[in-house]
Amino acid sequence: MTARPDVIVIGAGIVGAACAEAITRSGRRVLILDASFAGSGTTAAGMGHLVVMDDTPAEIALSAYSVGLWRELVPKLPRTVEYRPCGTLWVAEDEEQLDAVREKQRIYSEHGISAETLSPSQLAEAEPHLRPGLAGALHVPGDGVIYPPNGALALVQMAIANGAEIREGVRVDAIGVREVLAGDERISCDCVVNAAGAQAPALTPGLPIVPRKGHLVITERYPDFCHHQLVELGYLASAHTMTTESVAFNVQPRATGQLLIGSSRELVGWDASVNRNIVRKMLDRALDFMPDIGSAAAIRIWTGFRPATPDAVPLIGAWDESPGLWIAAGHEGLGITTSLGTGQLLADLMAGQQTAIDAAPFAPSRVLVGEAVHS
Amino acid sequence: MSSNVTAVPADIVVDGRHVRVPSNCTVAVALFDLGVSAFRKSVSGQPRGPVCAMGVCFECRVTIDGTPHQRACLIPVADGMQIRTAGES
Amino acid sequence: MTPQTVETDPEMVTADVVVVGCGPAGIAAAVVASERGLRVMIVDRGLEPGGQIWRHVADAAKPAIADRWIRRLSASAVRTVRGASVVDVEVAADGFGILADVSGRAMRIRSTHLILATGARELFIPFDGWTLPGVMGIGGAQALLKSGASFAGKRVAIAGSGPLMLPVAASLARAGARVVRVAEQASRSSVMRFASGLWSSPSLLLQAAQYRARFITSAYSLGTWVTAAHGDERVETVTVTNGRRNWRDKVDMLCTGYGLVPNIELARLIGCETRDGAVVVDEQQHTTVTNVFAVGEVTGIGGAPLALVEGQIAGAKVGSNSPPARELARKRELLIQAAQRMSAAFAPRAELRSLPGSDTIVCRCEDVLYGAVQGAACARQAKLYTRVGMGPCQGRTCMPGLEFLLGWQPDSIRPPIEPVSVSVLSSEIADGATPSFLSNSTVGEAYQ
Repeated sequence: MTARPDVIVIGAGIVGAACAEAITRSGRRVLILDASFAGSGTTAAGMGHLVVMDDTPAEIALSAYSVGLWRELVPKLPRTVEYRPCGTLWVAEDEEQLDAVREKQRIYSEHGISAETLSPSQLAEAEPHLRPGLAGALHVPGDGVIYPPNGALALVQMAIANGAEIREGVRVDAIGVREVLAGDERISCDCVVNAAGAQAPALTPGLPIVPRKGHLVITERYPDFCHHQLVELGYLASAHTMTTESVAFNVQPRATGQLLIGSSRELVGWDASVNRNIVRKMLDRALDFMPDIGSAAAIRIWTGFRPATPDAVPLIGAWDESPGLWIAAGHEGLGITTSLGTGQLLADLMAGQQTAIDAAPFAPSRVLVGEAVHS
Repeated sequence: MSSNVTAVPADIVVDGRHVRVPSNCTVAVALFDLGVSAFRKSVSGQPRGPVCAMGVCFECRVTIDGTPHQRACLIPVADGMQIRTAGES
Repeated sequence: MTPQTVETDPEMVTADVVVVGCGPAGIAAAVVASERGLRVMIVDRGLEPGGQIWRHVADAAKPAIADRWIRRLSASAVRTVRGASVVDVEVAADGFGILADVSGRAMRIRSTHLILATGARELFIPFDGWTLPGVMGIGGAQALLKSGASFAGKRVAIAGSGPLMLPVAASLARAGARVVRVAEQASRSSVMRFASGLWSSPSLLLQAAQYRARFITSAYSLGTWVTAAHGDERVETVTVTNGRRNWRDKVDMLCTGYGLVPNIELARLIGCETRDGAVVVDEQQHTTVTNVFAVGEVTGIGGAPLALVEGQIAGAKVGSNSPPARELARKRELLIQAAQRMSAAFAPRAELRSLPGSDTIVCRCEDVLYGAVQGAACARQAKLYTRVGMGPCQGRTCMPGLEFLLGWQPDSIRPPIEPVSVSVLSSEIADGATPSFLSNSTVGEAYQ
């Protein structure tokens, strides 16, 4: 890039890529820097479930907004992004969970999200390989699935088409005031976006983001085995309770016909090795819900680190401690879904424009006053 | 192994066709000798047959007794075995 | 997928030494260690002992030495688990936790020492049409033949590199195949230089002469290689070149392969250092991981004689402090030198780097084209963006060739090191199960 960039986005994960793409649309010159290559970090390890989540009002606002943006974007995406509108089934094991399903449906309808409650027989018909005796499910037909690394790559390529530049293999050492230091280089700009995910605190001390490890198992191709992203209702508890270790039943039919089996959460720092015990627990949970998945051949296991915040809400907006510094990080396990909403929100805030959803709950400055917006 | 190949025959079903093959041979050998060349269809729909014959390449995958993705080169035939290849009609 | 109940209660056994692989190196290591009084277990994917090289134990042409070692194995106290794939090994402070898939059932083994004798596979360099049915590995054709397949009357071309081509051509010819061509990519001068060095190993030269005589009717073309295979549903013709002139041979089958690559996946999973695609070992076959030894092809392609020597050295050394016998150490040194000369003589020529075109499939599992991966900065980037190497063979078929073509380094490795059912992967050692060392000599029988 010969000209000085207006904005430097650090991190070409799907969140950074979406920010870069949205910011270029406002006419700004964007330089994207990534220590490795686009979509290679947490994004590469993600499941790619585009899902509306309703744990907090902020979460449902951002995820519903984002899923809508994904649906608008899909026709422009290359086939390699592998969008599949499979919908989600939130599976209830008992009557108590079924009550929660009905409550969930009510919240969704308040936000204009279509969802229907399935009876046990409707659930069995929709997914014959689920074990008998389940209480029902909430079907959310608007959810979908993408292949995350190629999602990030597609967004980067759209940003490039709008005039952005990407430099891969460039590790940023520090963020200064309206400048970025990388090795011997000092690149100045008007704004810096720290979208370095779980590594964001290394560049912006004080960001309360910790790596939360997860495992995924992918199988051979079984194209007709299941048709929806299946998630146990207890997933929310697993995702939002900061226990040291948890697993939840989460199976996804990939566009290839492969099955992606999740999910686990651990707080173990940056240890990327496969934890066989938690894999066993995760698979046991899957076998409990889908006994027939036992004969599927697992071909690969991987791990990744979700950028987790204490209040389970991402940090999106200006960082008041440093002029010109913006944060788009801390999306935990929902970054693929919420990347588009995050990018648009950040670009609108940066341009001083009206945002489509209330940006206040995401303001990074909430952590500066030592008080979480949501408990 | 081949010393026993002719010992006892096994009756198997290949793509609906009943055939008698030497027992104690692998599924890959049985299919090869039956003249099957397309063991599986690749993800883009091309015919594929065995390459390594030692369990490494996964090109000889067939469906055996309803279980897909079985490596024909590693599994001995058994009486009554039902095998489906890419050539099934 | 059909609903299917897979037995998940695993066997739990313990051993002093677990040997992975039952080829010459594994057999020698296991026998020697067992004769020293250690409790030794071999875990092997094959249904018979001998590995790839000594497959087909009943063959009259099988070397006498194979017979001797397999007899010695049978007479020993070594336990063998057959039809068993090692899918994971966990390294713990007190030893190793091995998970094997034995015909769809989980088996967990604890051992204090490991000997890796995982052998080698063929190196494939992709070219147009190499995915057609009827195009096989050279070792693959040999394996099928040894397993009893009939090649009678088939027109076969063999094209690639290395000393495996001649014996395979000979055995195919003996089985009634019409070997229409053996195309060795190495130059005449390179092969001749190597052959003249064989005077130092007269048995090898004798073998070569015998092979030559057996298929004297076919053309052994040096400095010649196949650039494409053609056909609709299967291979019908191949394009052959000597760099100056191209022609077509009409074939029923093409056997191809450019030598062997060590199966280092398990060693890498355990954390053993590798160099140039082989496991790094010291003179006593010890890897860089404590109590883990590696023997045979996995430490570098050297053939069965070297594998036997390395196996004996490791079998004598495992769990003891004694130095190896001087005689074995000397043999090892000479055989390694011979192997290095052989690798140099049959090194793939630079022209092979232009074999695949941008429309050539490189990854057979995911049907990824060469053009899709050529621009990638590294193997991991290509894998993530294109799925190259992400199928069930876990890149074993395409990645060594792509490393040759594009200079990539191998990507990281994680369990399982081969596809395994969710049931086996999730199996746990049953509560209260007392680890016991099975007393029957062939554990695998229980599973077959």
